[in-house]
Amino acid sequence: MPYFCGVDIGASAAKLVIIDESGRIVAKSLRRSGVDYADVAERCLAEALSAAGLERGQLAASVSTGYGRDNVPWADARRTEIACHGQGAWFHFRGKMTVIDIGAQDSKVIHLDDDGRRTGFKMNRKCAAGTGSFLEEIALRLDLPVSALNGLAERSTKEVTLGSFCTVFTATEILARIRAGEKVEDIVKGAFRSVVKRILEMDTVDGALVMTGGVVAHNPLLVTLVAEAFGRQALVPPEPQHVGAFGAALAARERAQEGKQLC
Amino acid sequence: MPSPTERKDLAATAKMKEVMGKYYMELMRGREERRKTAWCTSVGPAELLRAMGFNVYFPENHGAMLGATRMATDLIPLANARGFSPDVCSYLTSDIGSYLKGESPFQKMKMPGPPRADCLVYNTNQCRDVKDWFQFYAREWGVPCLGIHTPRAIGELDDSIIEAVARQTEALVKPLQEVAGTKLDPARLKETLDLARRCTVLWKAVLDTAANVPAPITFFDDTIQMGPAVVLRGHPDAIAYYEVLLAELQSRVAGKVPAVEGERFRIYWEGMPIWGKLRDLATQFAALRACVVASTYCNSWVFEDLDPSDPFRSMARAYSNLFICRSEDYKEKYLERMMARFKVDGVLYHDAKTCPNNSNNRYQMPQRLQQKTGKPYLVVNGDLNDLRLYSEEQARTNVEAFVEQLAQG
Repeated sequence: MPYFCGVDIGASAAKLVIIDESGRIVAKSLRRSGVDYADVAERCLAEALSAAGLERGQLAASVSTGYGRDNVPWADARRTEIACHGQGAWFHFRGKMTVIDIGAQDSKVIHLDDDGRRTGFKMNRKCAAGTGSFLEEIALRLDLPVSALNGLAERSTKEVTLGSFCTVFTATEILARIRAGEKVEDIVKGAFRSVVKRILEMDTVDGALVMTGGVVAHNPLLVTLVAEAFGRQALVPPEPQHVGAFGAALAARERAQEGKQLC
Repeated sequence: MPSPTERKDLAATAKMKEVMGKYYMELMRGREERRKTAWCTSVGPAELLRAMGFNVYFPENHGAMLGATRMATDLIPLANARGFSPDVCSYLTSDIGSYLKGESPFQKMKMPGPPRADCLVYNTNQCRDVKDWFQFYAREWGVPCLGIHTPRAIGELDDSIIEAVARQTEALVKPLQEVAGTKLDPARLKETLDLARRCTVLWKAVLDTAANVPAPITFFDDTIQMGPAVVLRGHPDAIAYYEVLLAELQSRVAGKVPAVEGERFRIYWEGMPIWGKLRDLATQFAALRACVVASTYCNSWVFEDLDPSDPFRSMARAYSNLFICRSEDYKEKYLERMMARFKVDGVLYHDAKTCPNNSNNRYQMPQRLQQKTGKPYLVVNGDLNDLRLYSEEQARTNVEAFVEQLAQG
């Protein structure tokens, strides 16, 4: 049976997915992207192949995506993460939708029509506000591991507003809140709300709201807050952090099965 | 088939370099030859200045050179530190930074730097920044700074506006005569306007060749080829050059020679060029087999209203008819016409951080035009000169994703 591979070398994490002909994920891997994208792609591949008990020769096609998409020498084609997150989300949820992907360095809003065709997209401007980097900076400022943020924010009992657009200015605002005696959990929830506001400003949502990306995977409260802000249910596909890699694997399957040429 | 990324240089470009080189040399010799130098905004009253015998220098051309050579990014902070905000025009800040540091791309051409002005003449039809820019040098050198204040967001270009701008232009004559030490010769003004008009007709014909499928020239080529239309309008050299260029492009059209090999998609560029990234962007679009066929920017030096039989009123009309000083409704209709004329598949809006007047994505224009025409759009955040405001990776991904979207059919 042929298998298909998608690898998403993001700004922070490298994700790899191997699927079978039906689109079922048979293996996945995740590593820090580091500085050598070709090497991390290779390691991710080796790990996933080993987990699935597959040989490299069983992969019929591979597609790379993410910032490091040009640095995967064994990929047969490359696609942008915008295309891949759209395709990955479309596999799980059909119909008109807006996909919001919150990654480490950027956030994307992707519009798909009833047939899954992309009608538009937006990325955040040259600014880390509204991305995973923002939350990393806040965690650093509060001397917390990033993994602790969601749990803390869920315990919040009070709204603390962080009003600035800018990550650096927000960090300064946080100092003022600490001085004012606000609780850490309330400040963290304020930071989550700040991410939501930046997303809300980027674009409107048409159709179903689907959320993907590493920040979504690790911070379920953020999903709840985004849903609340847009006034609609937020759908999260399985393995939200791997949706880009999954979309790339689906593109690899298309390429192999339909001979579809990709950019 | 040649590789899509292979540059297809136009043979005429060598002649353009000669023409531009001659212009710069004449500019530098001006002082030795006791000609007075007038600085002029790129859509200022250049014909009047040329007719009065001034050496006419366009600092925006220097600004673009500072951007294209990427010298701007090191020079802008010098102006920022002296009170010019990082949010104001980066032509202004890079040019003033260049003056403060004494470094200019002219030095690579064995010239000391921009010529010192005897007077500075602006038209605010583009923005207020040109006036602030010129006033800096006027204070620095103690020379007159004169200008025309054109209304902005013009809907209907009626007689009252044309009269007002024409009167302001005529009022420049007296102080300019004092600087030049000569009288304006009306016959020479008419002759200059005739030359400028002929240049305009040819430059427009050059740009219009890109309406053909495949396009024989790209927006990225246009930004280089526009040099004579900006700095030499009203001079016979510009006419002679565009006759050569047009003939080459017509020959490409006849032979269906594309500027971008295997042209799949046609894109309109709205907004300022990103001067320091022109080559990278040209290469990326070519690799994606997408041709950026036209732009409002390069069409901004088409002045069809110039009329030698009515010099001042026709200059007023020509320079108030500019896209940049027109109303949002006018701009929308103009863009719709251009999209149809150049048969584009989509529009790229460059949101230039320091050039709000020439960033036309900020008041829902892309959304309105997409709704009207069904053509998708992309907004790229960046700047004309300040590369601190440009994200290489984001721009690259945005462009690639946009072409993927066009490829869906």
